[in-house]
Amino acid sequence: MSANSVIFAVFLMSTATIAAAQPPVSPDAARQRELVHLVRQDCGSCHGMTLQGGLGPALLPNSLKDKPQEGLVATIYFGRPGTPMPPWKQFMSEAEAEWLVQQLLNGLPQ
Amino acid sequence: MHRILSFLLALVLAACAGAPQRGTGDLGLVIERANGHVTLVDTTSRQPYARIGGLGDLSHASAVYSRDGRYAFVFGRDGGLTKIDMLEAKVVKRVIQSGNAIGGSISQDGRIVVAQNYTPGGIKAFDAETLELLSEVPAEFAPGQFSKVVGLADSSGNRFAYALFDGGEIWVSDFSDPRRPVTQRFPAGRQPYDGLVTPDGRYFLAGLFGEDGVAMLDLWQPEKGARKILENYGRGQEKLPVFKMPHLRGWSVAQGKAYLPAIGRHEVLVVDVATWKEVGRIPVRGQPVFVMARPDGRQVWVNFAFPDNANVDVIDTLAGQVVQRMTPGKGILHMEFTPRGEQVWLSARDDHKVLIYDTANFQRIGEIAAESPSGIFFTTRAARIGF
Ligand code: HEC
Repeated sequence: MSANSVIFAVFLMSTATIAAAQPPVSPDAARQRELVHLVRQDCGSCHGMTLQGGLGPALLPNSLKDKPQEGLVATIYFGRPGTPMPPWKQFMSEAEAEWLVQQLLNGLPQ
Repeated sequence: MHRILSFLLALVLAACAGAPQRGTGDLGLVIERANGHVTLVDTTSRQPYARIGGLGDLSHASAVYSRDGRYAFVFGRDGGLTKIDMLEAKVVKRVIQSGNAIGGSISQDGRIVVAQNYTPGGIKAFDAETLELLSEVPAEFAPGQFSKVVGLADSSGNRFAYALFDGGEIWVSDFSDPRRPVTQRFPAGRQPYDGLVTPDGRYFLAGLFGEDGVAMLDLWQPEKGARKILENYGRGQEKLPVFKMPHLRGWSVAQGKAYLPAIGRHEVLVVDVATWKEVGRIPVRGQPVFVMARPDGRQVWVNFAFPDNANVDVIDTLAGQVVQRMTPGKGILHMEFTPRGEQVWLSARDDHKVLIYDTANFQRIGEIAAESPSGIFFTTRAARIGF
């Protein structure tokens, strides 16, 4: 196990506990629109605007549904060291990353 | 009487000719990524003259031109390849060539259009006239393992160079016989993310994401293999996060120096193209995405990745530093110079506008409405190697 994946695993565990401790909160409507715009436009530069994949994998409900949710939240929040997936924690809270994963799993609104 | 006759003659001539004849040298197209449209533009009048829809998913779309500058070939993200007649402003032909594409190139002789694909990874060659599939080269770098292809660039003799993100190699495919391409492989380095060919077509460079440095292959003597330049430009320093991958195509050589985006640092790297050694670094206001020289090489314009993508920095190559810091709009995704560089067109995605600047005094001299504009491609690309 490389140093990167150890760090990643620690991040995973820490998010899992935080995620479990906090009740799910939804961002308000304006913030939701901002987050959806961020995903389509800025995540879209690597994952495709329609999220069918690009340099990064597809983020469609079918491609994500069998993956552990906390792992996806951690990937967004902390990034994946050693890959081009960057950390987004400067731009959203963990609760917002969780909300985004929910949206991705349900199919992102337009 | 004479005057009436010549008036009648003029009428008849006009009727025969149909639309007035014109060249295409000052035309171009703007990708409207959100809704699958392209807007055709005239850089002399600085106005749009047509809008064409139905092109599918155009995020990350790019275009190349036929050698006469009449037809554009637009490569869509969803694998769509669309041939557009710039004069009649209509789609001539459209095929879906793969599931997930990332761009393409046109051969030296203009007869072959090649698309580069993420899934299934590889390149495909099409007849530029009919868009009939001629051949394909799957990027199978190990048995059963396919790589995403990046950085496809045309080279002399109908050869195409490209890099394999997952395979860590540079490949050169020779389409002298378009139905039977012959491919050579060269180890390059970890995770090449994009590539470019120098304006003379001699060197293919692949930027590496997985390590500091750039892999370089001399296409005049490929048997020498790829070597690494700009190795360790980060010198083990912590990299900054990269929220959008830099683009190398459309890069810049000016005054014997190449200007390249650093990755994971907010700098433009300056390289002497005689020795391929780093000769300087210019600090800029974000992770550079495009680093493009004005055609005369006097200025280099730089745009940036999220969250700094409202900025544009202009480097004066004589001064060797940034001389103009602008904030022209929201989400500046791309820049394109008019053929001789007196204007630059910037796409401001979140302002839904294309902004036109005078490069001599940095004044805005016009704008056009466009929905989420991204790439801007002028027909002058038809005559440039690597565009
Ligand atoms: C610079 C390119 C880039 C950007 C921008 C980017 N990603 Fe990624 N992303 C990747 C790559 C590459 C991977 C695959 C990492 C790997 O190899 O494990 C990935 C993986 C992921 C995964 C895990 C998917 C899986 O199947 O395990 C999620 C979820 C994800 N990204 C969400 C996002 C979101 C949300 C954004 C925007 C806020 C975003 N990404 C922006 C490149 C990017």
